[in-house]
Amino acid sequence: MADNKPGIPSIAGLVAKIKSGELFEEIQKQVLSSQIWTSSFRHGYADTPRNRVLQIASNVWLHLHPVKIQRHALRIKFTWCMGGITFLLFLSTVVTGVILMFYYRPVGEYAYFDMKYLQYDVPFGMLMRNMHRWAAHAMVITVWLHMFRVFLTGSYKPPREFNWVIGVFLVTFTLLLSFTGYLLPWDQLAMWAVTVGTNMARATPFLGNEGPFQEYVFGVSAQYDARSALIGGSIVGPPALLRFYVLHCIFIPLVAGALMIVHFWRIRKDGGISGPL
Amino acid sequence: MAIDKPKNKVEGLEEKVHVWPYLVRLEFLCALFTIIGLTVWSIVIDAPLEEAANPTKTPNPSKAPWYFLGLQDILVYFDPWFAGVVAPVLIIVGLMLIPYLDINPKGNGYYTYEERKVAIWVYSFGFLVLWIALIIMGVFLRGPGWNLFMPWQYWDPHKVVALVSVDLPYAFGVRTYNMAMLFGAAVVGGYFAVGTAAYFFVERKAIKAVGFLRMFIKIQLYLIMIGIVIKIVLRLAFNIKYIMVTPWFNI
Repeated sequence: MADNKPGIPSIAGLVAKIKSGELFEEIQKQVLSSQIWTSSFRHGYADTPRNRVLQIASNVWLHLHPVKIQRHALRIKFTWCMGGITFLLFLSTVVTGVILMFYYRPVGEYAYFDMKYLQYDVPFGMLMRNMHRWAAHAMVITVWLHMFRVFLTGSYKPPREFNWVIGVFLVTFTLLLSFTGYLLPWDQLAMWAVTVGTNMARATPFLGNEGPFQEYVFGVSAQYDARSALIGGSIVGPPALLRFYVLHCIFIPLVAGALMIVHFWRIRKDGGISGPL
Repeated sequence: MAIDKPKNKVEGLEEKVHVWPYLVRLEFLCALFTIIGLTVWSIVIDAPLEEAANPTKTPNPSKAPWYFLGLQDILVYFDPWFAGVVAPVLIIVGLMLIPYLDINPKGNGYYTYEERKVAIWVYSFGFLVLWIALIIMGVFLRGPGWNLFMPWQYWDPHKVVALVSVDLPYAFGVRTYNMAMLFGAAVVGGYFAVGTAAYFFVERKAIKAVGFLRMFIKIQLYLIMIGIVIKIVLRLAFNIKYIMVTPWFNI
């Protein structure tokens, strides 16, 4: 009877197949030739020169790279790896920042208590906050080191002048991102650090109410000058919190992200990472 | 001969390598170590959260975020319009101008000190001394009243510091306001004029190749940078407050 149904294997046959590994090869063959697999992955994993090219060129995330690079560009002693680490830290702050946004309200009455809630009641809330803050601080350091490396290797020289300028914008936006985020915990540290920082704006020549030549500009006052435009009032209060929140979570990340696209694209267009000619 | 063999092999290697796997695996490892480091750091050290914000309770000292403490520190020597507004703008614009001012074709894409000594000295001085060293000083050595405290000293909020600084014209015996203003303007203007003239005289052979405008902007930025150092030294060593006092602004 059983011989008439070859589709159903016997237990002994199955065990033998598992032992010999034949079963797994069969499953692998089934999976790799399935419609789902072949439609998702455009090429195999074989280590051939053609496949090495395809791994980069046909992958949306990896095709930021060229398929081949100068050998010296692999040396950590040359690159310090700082640009890539800066980008990775930026991505970390995006991921942890989105999670923090679920629990945080940028309102004078709520902000500080949301921080307490986040730290003591939200599962992994403290860890998310720590990762966000330390990644932001580390990013400031790595972006400076990246800039120092680029200077020391003379990588701003032709044809990469424009990309250096974009890079200076990105350094500035990194600092502004960090500075706007500094206010959000809405504690003493945050409020007074931002007070000290934004107090400078009232000394802006012409446009600050304590700056040089402000007496020649009509309408400049403590309530209406460069500083009040920044913090939405004459002291760092709830309007400043909301303004910094919007700048921190929407405006600056979008601008910095756009500049990063240009920065990475120009690396490719300017002939890849710099090196001795 | 046996020792020479691997060396020859390295020299014989291709100049270009595949990004997959050579670069991607490196990036992966780098990302892995960074994320592990960040996670461990975040587990071990908690981000600070002080008491709720209170606009009626000013802490002493009130410090900006650490990365701006270099700028906050030059507030000791300059008025806010310079230290807080003009200096940051000059830093950003000056950095952006670097590729257009430094037209030395050497040292493009490799480490070299010999071929671009001045450029490396200027940038390293600006970054390591005027930026990083001032930040370290601002974070660790500035206490209440923004007074200087050594790490082993108690941060006494009532520390008495004699205000002995005078303006430069006063130190030279100029007593009337208008004369002091003229004297100060002459000193500041003279500094830039003499500095620029001296630079153009020393580098007169380069004017044609480098270009007048390029050299002019470069020396102004150098003079501002050196001027900041001079002002710091004048204050610390000679108790000079302002060099130039006008009704509108002071330098």
